[in-house]
Amino acid sequence: MNHKRLTTAAVAAVMALGSGAASADLVFPSLSYRTGPYAPNGIPFADGYADYFTLLNERDGGIGGEPVRVIECETGYNTEKGVECYESTKGEGSLVYQPLSTGITYQLIPKATADNIPVHSMGYGRTSAANGKIFPWIFNYPGTYWDAASIIVKHILDQEGGDLNGKKLALVYHNSAYGKEPIRTLEELAKKHGYELTLLPVDHPGQEQKSQWLQIRRERPDYVLMWGWGVMNQVAIQEAANIRYPMDHFIGVWWSASENDVLPAGDGADGYKAVAFHGVGSDFPIYEDLRKHVVDTGKAAGDGSNLGTVLYNRGMYAAMLAAEAAATAQGIHGTKAITPSQMRDGMEALKITSARLEELGLAEFGPEIEVTCANHGNPGLGAIQQWDAGSKSWSLITDFVSADRDIVDPLITEDSQAYAQENAITPRDCN
Amino acid sequence: MFYRESGEFKTTYVDDQQIFPIRFDRYALIAVLAFAYLVVPFFINDYWEKSVLIPFLVWSMAAIGLNILVGYCGLLSLGTGGFMAVGAYACYKLMTAFPELNIFFVILLSGGVTAFVGILFGLPSLRIKGFYLAVATLAAQFFLVWLFNKVPWFYNYSASGQITAPERTVFGVAVTGPDSPSWAVYLFCLTLVVLAAFAAKNLTRGRIGRSWMAIRDMDIAAEIIGVPPLRAKLSAFAVSSFYIGMAGAMFFSVYLGAIEVTEAFNIDKSFLVLFMIIIGGLGSIVGSFIGAAFLVLLPVLLKNIMVGALGWPTDLAQHIIFIVIGGLIILFLIVEPHGLAQLWRITKEKLRLWPFPH
Repeated sequence: MNHKRLTTAAVAAVMALGSGAASADLVFPSLSYRTGPYAPNGIPFADGYADYFTLLNERDGGIGGEPVRVIECETGYNTEKGVECYESTKGEGSLVYQPLSTGITYQLIPKATADNIPVHSMGYGRTSAANGKIFPWIFNYPGTYWDAASIIVKHILDQEGGDLNGKKLALVYHNSAYGKEPIRTLEELAKKHGYELTLLPVDHPGQEQKSQWLQIRRERPDYVLMWGWGVMNQVAIQEAANIRYPMDHFIGVWWSASENDVLPAGDGADGYKAVAFHGVGSDFPIYEDLRKHVVDTGKAAGDGSNLGTVLYNRGMYAAMLAAEAAATAQGIHGTKAITPSQMRDGMEALKITSARLEELGLAEFGPEIEVTCANHGNPGLGAIQQWDAGSKSWSLITDFVSADRDIVDPLITEDSQAYAQENAITPRDCN
Repeated sequence: MFYRESGEFKTTYVDDQQIFPIRFDRYALIAVLAFAYLVVPFFINDYWEKSVLIPFLVWSMAAIGLNILVGYCGLLSLGTGGFMAVGAYACYKLMTAFPELNIFFVILLSGGVTAFVGILFGLPSLRIKGFYLAVATLAAQFFLVWLFNKVPWFYNYSASGQITAPERTVFGVAVTGPDSPSWAVYLFCLTLVVLAAFAAKNLTRGRIGRSWMAIRDMDIAAEIIGVPPLRAKLSAFAVSSFYIGMAGAMFFSVYLGAIEVTEAFNIDKSFLVLFMIIIGGLGSIVGSFIGAAFLVLLPVLLKNIMVGALGWPTDLAQHIIFIVIGGLIILFLIVEPHGLAQLWRITKEKLRLWPFPH
């Protein structure tokens, strides 16, 4: 813990205590985890999220002139603590929740819906929440797990010349709601493309994977897919390297592809692939601003070393999308101090064009996004990124492609309708 | 001065055998219950409900359950998390299979199902003791969690393996689901826990409780004086599991509303409850409450002080909480190996003599 951070925190605390008018700020709670087995992934994301808002405050004086306040609450990736964090922050006027945990998202879906506070589970959470008719308060743009699964299979199809008949795919997954999400999609895709799917669950926290990789060594599947998080990722990549599994046939979801995951395996991780919904690296103009206004002035949430890593980028991207949605909401309702339900309207009307990305200093960082009332998971695009152990960097090796909508959309409709039936929800009209 | 039995004359056996022989204690209990029932519901908000009171009540229920087994009958169990999972999944299956059944009975029935499972896993206790039994119950923990994760029937074939509690009402007021008012959920849990605590207290004062304690103190001697070990041990497992099952059902239905078995009921939960009763006091009902408060509420309190009032970084606060709680556990175990309930007992003894100790 360096002094800078302590001082910043102390100053922030005094400001929070001192200014009674703080409730007029735009409040963005950050349900982060900087402790526990998932901390290596939680820290860069939380830093990116906080730093982007700090940048807005420092450079632009907030969003639309309204200062932003980020309340951080430690969840430790634990559901009960997540609920405690939600309850303790929702009274502060929190505009949107981004818990970075599928388990906590499942908790918050009914609670936030009842409290009329939007939840943005960016590329995680409940996939069928993409159906905005049934989940008006839940958003998971720019993509879902099922999109990811389908995009990975598409990439494999490209590699194999369009034919997967008789091929064997294995899924190594975190044995939780998160890891189980893609199974149904992969099974549907198996029916369509004729591959064989082997399921290899790994229990929390995922340090013990010897038996799973022994099985992979024995059965030699043509491709291995991974839905992992936290320490599980690096163990899996290390194990794959140990059995000399061809790394370019090992493809993770976007949550299994940070620097923390591949660096421990050293050269063994070279060629590891993962799907991604945004760009990589720090080669974007926004980083100059971040360094100038946030890191160099000592206001960064972390020590500044995470800038440009995959998860830092993602945290920053999440904050950027939230800020853009807030600005959209300010435009719609003609008020600067928006409420959570106005924020929701902003999220539903969110439109990110390439031109806007360029203005923000993030040119071609991600695909264009247009959220609609019926589809909260737009655009559902993903690219494949690959790790180069020599230069220790990720690079995108494909364009952003769309998922197999013929498979994914019916699944979303089916699952969301089952939820609506269970909870007696009448789907709203989206015309 | 006020806290003493002199001047209180008992003329019937009923008077003589009551739970709290001292009038002051009875009034204090009535005052606490009156406060809990008549004052708290008017001031409770979502935060106090979901972060403080409901977790405290649910974990107290689990601690009472485990205390019956470990504290009163001397059988060490590490299967608490697994048994809570049985209660939660029984609750879910009953809620979805019989939507018209009142949630109150659903929770009692979930306890019943868990009691049955508890008896099954209690059978080895007739042959093995101590650490070996702990290992056998550890097997229950892993097996049960694996089972609920593996067999889709238990989670009604949902895609993610999560179970979600539908809305259920008591006297027309919702107590589960996101729209339930805080006071209703709180009163519902409080009533269950108060009834359960009184039942437990009276069980332990009667024949059954005495047979458990006889087994705990020396099982061979107990057998010689005519306590059947089979019935005593299995009844301890059944009653203990009944409470833990109810705690699991409440944990799922009224507290969290949606859970996933591997995260909600992993081995950490078994240890958490075991630490609660060790710190609170083995063989003491009030100790179960104190232990639950210590391990559930203290971290929340410390967090609110450090992050909320002092504004420290969240990770620093979390690490300090680990250190403080760990340190306090060691401190209390050194200062008072019989738990916080013993401190409470000593205080009461001293109060009886106060202000003239000699």
